[in-house]
Amino acid sequence: MIVAGIDLGGKNAHVVILKDDEVVAQGENATGIQKAVAAETVYDETLNKAGFNRKDVKRVVATGSAGKRVAFADGVIPDAAADARGVNRLFPSARTVIDVGAEEGRAIKISPEGKVLDFAINEKCAAGTGTFVEAMARALEISVEEMATISLKSNSSIPMNAQCAVFGESEVVSLIHQKVEKQDIAKAVHDAIAGRIASVARIIGLEKDVVVIGGMAKNNGFIDSLKKETHLDVIVPPDPDFVGALGAAVAAASGVLQEQVEAKVVELETVEEGQAS
Amino acid sequence: MAEGTSNEYWRWPEGKWTNPDIDWKKGTIIAAGVDVGSVSSQVVVVVDGELYSFGNTRTGYDSPDSARKAMHIALEETGLTVNNIDYCIGTGYGRVNVPMAQRTITEIACHARGANFMYGPEVRTVMDMGGQDCKAINCDEKGKVLNFMMNDKCAAGTGRGMEVFADLIRVPVWEIGPRSFQIEKEPPMISSTCVVFAKSEVVGLLEQGVPENDIMAAYCAAMAHRIMELLNRLGVHEKFVITGGIAKNEGVVKRLEKELGIKTAEKKWHKPEYKNYPFDTQIAGAAGAALFAEAMVSKGKAKSVRKA
Repeated sequence: MIVAGIDLGGKNAHVVILKDDEVVAQGENATGIQKAVAAETVYDETLNKAGFNRKDVKRVVATGSAGKRVAFADGVIPDAAADARGVNRLFPSARTVIDVGAEEGRAIKISPEGKVLDFAINEKCAAGTGTFVEAMARALEISVEEMATISLKSNSSIPMNAQCAVFGESEVVSLIHQKVEKQDIAKAVHDAIAGRIASVARIIGLEKDVVVIGGMAKNNGFIDSLKKETHLDVIVPPDPDFVGALGAAVAAASGVLQEQVEAKVVELETVEEGQAS
Repeated sequence: MAEGTSNEYWRWPEGKWTNPDIDWKKGTIIAAGVDVGSVSSQVVVVVDGELYSFGNTRTGYDSPDSARKAMHIALEETGLTVNNIDYCIGTGYGRVNVPMAQRTITEIACHARGANFMYGPEVRTVMDMGGQDCKAINCDEKGKVLNFMMNDKCAAGTGRGMEVFADLIRVPVWEIGPRSFQIEKEPPMISSTCVVFAKSEVVGLLEQGVPENDIMAAYCAAMAHRIMELLNRLGVHEKFVITGGIAKNEGVVKRLEKELGIKTAEKKWHKPEYKNYPFDTQIAGAAGAALFAEAMVSKGKAKSVRKA
């Protein structure tokens, strides 16, 4: 039986094809504005790679922030459900999933069967997402990949005062003006986002094993900061950005075409109250 | 009106003014307030408690330089120098770095005091829309702060958020308000609170071919909504005024008034004899600081440092 999972996110589309429960092909592309078109393209390309065509596929399940826009999907499941299934498939011992994508950061408590038990998400503020790191890399005039590498060389721990990505850019520029080393700024950025992600995760509680997925999991600088922040040895799968698509494919294989999960939506508090002194 | 290069859409017009009706040499107490904000810096000079001059400029990388620049603009062509000033108070985000100031007072206190002076003693709620923060302040008839709510952690609802938008849509920041009304019908507001996510949303709308003016309306409405949430948490009372740069953006102010169901007070000097003086909502903090400085010297709570 051939099934497919497709994860259509804020920035990228990922496809995983399973044949008799084994991964036979995976593919990705950038979504751009025409997300539905991007989904079609990457789906056909990936099928092509595996030597299949659409008729061979029994079921397709979509997920991701734009999952509903995948016209050829038989079903759509929430990201958290896909993450839980995908991580459970790779690491049955996992109890907490941290998924940091371009436009959201979420933490999911999962059962030994890969069911979502509890889940918290920040999707309102860029400061707890991959977009924050991209913006800071732009201010540093280096790539996200380079930022990850150099941050590991830093031994300093400068706190970032800015919570907001917009203010963060100015802070990075001001640190550059103060001649702070780029590697130390990079580390400050990773520490900052790790702190924010950890605060989302603490809402559901961090239970071992902790698996980190999503595009940000590829950033070793961030993972290093997150380990220090949580005092936990987190696990990162080899293709952390494909886990959502894998989970969708696992759901497709099991005949699951819809699923419901309830989230605790996190809003970073920005307001202070004051009295006259 | 535009200064700087043509692609600096965020750049708002700077300003200065000197009161033609006052000869500072005849004054007894000359006091100054310096408000070094994250985005703009202002100096207000008062002679015996009356508005004498002001300068308004963009804050640079260095707070002391920004304070000096604003002071230079305010004093230019008056013959007045820093040495003639009896007392000076610094306020704003960069207040600890004001070289000519003898002491500092928080901008919350200064904005309430300044709004009281500018709009009159009936002011009860001041919404100060700063470059990188916004504060809703309740005050009494003397301009004394009762309580406040402040957001200084998130760019949404701050002047900076509007500047980022101006740069993105490539429209000078002061044209956004008027153009936001050149629409057929009010569009739904931008749904993202976060400025970064709002940018992606705006790019999406532009690519869908939504008219620019509609997008400006949608952005102004979102900003108005954000400010309203802060005001509702504090409780807003008339007379209600907005100070700071965004007060100049009718696109935000009118939509905020509609959402709140409360009008903002007319941007007009409380003192009838000031009726022909320019009214700049950005100088409220510096005006408050200058009035505190004047009061400290006139009430004997501080000694004049005047050198000449």
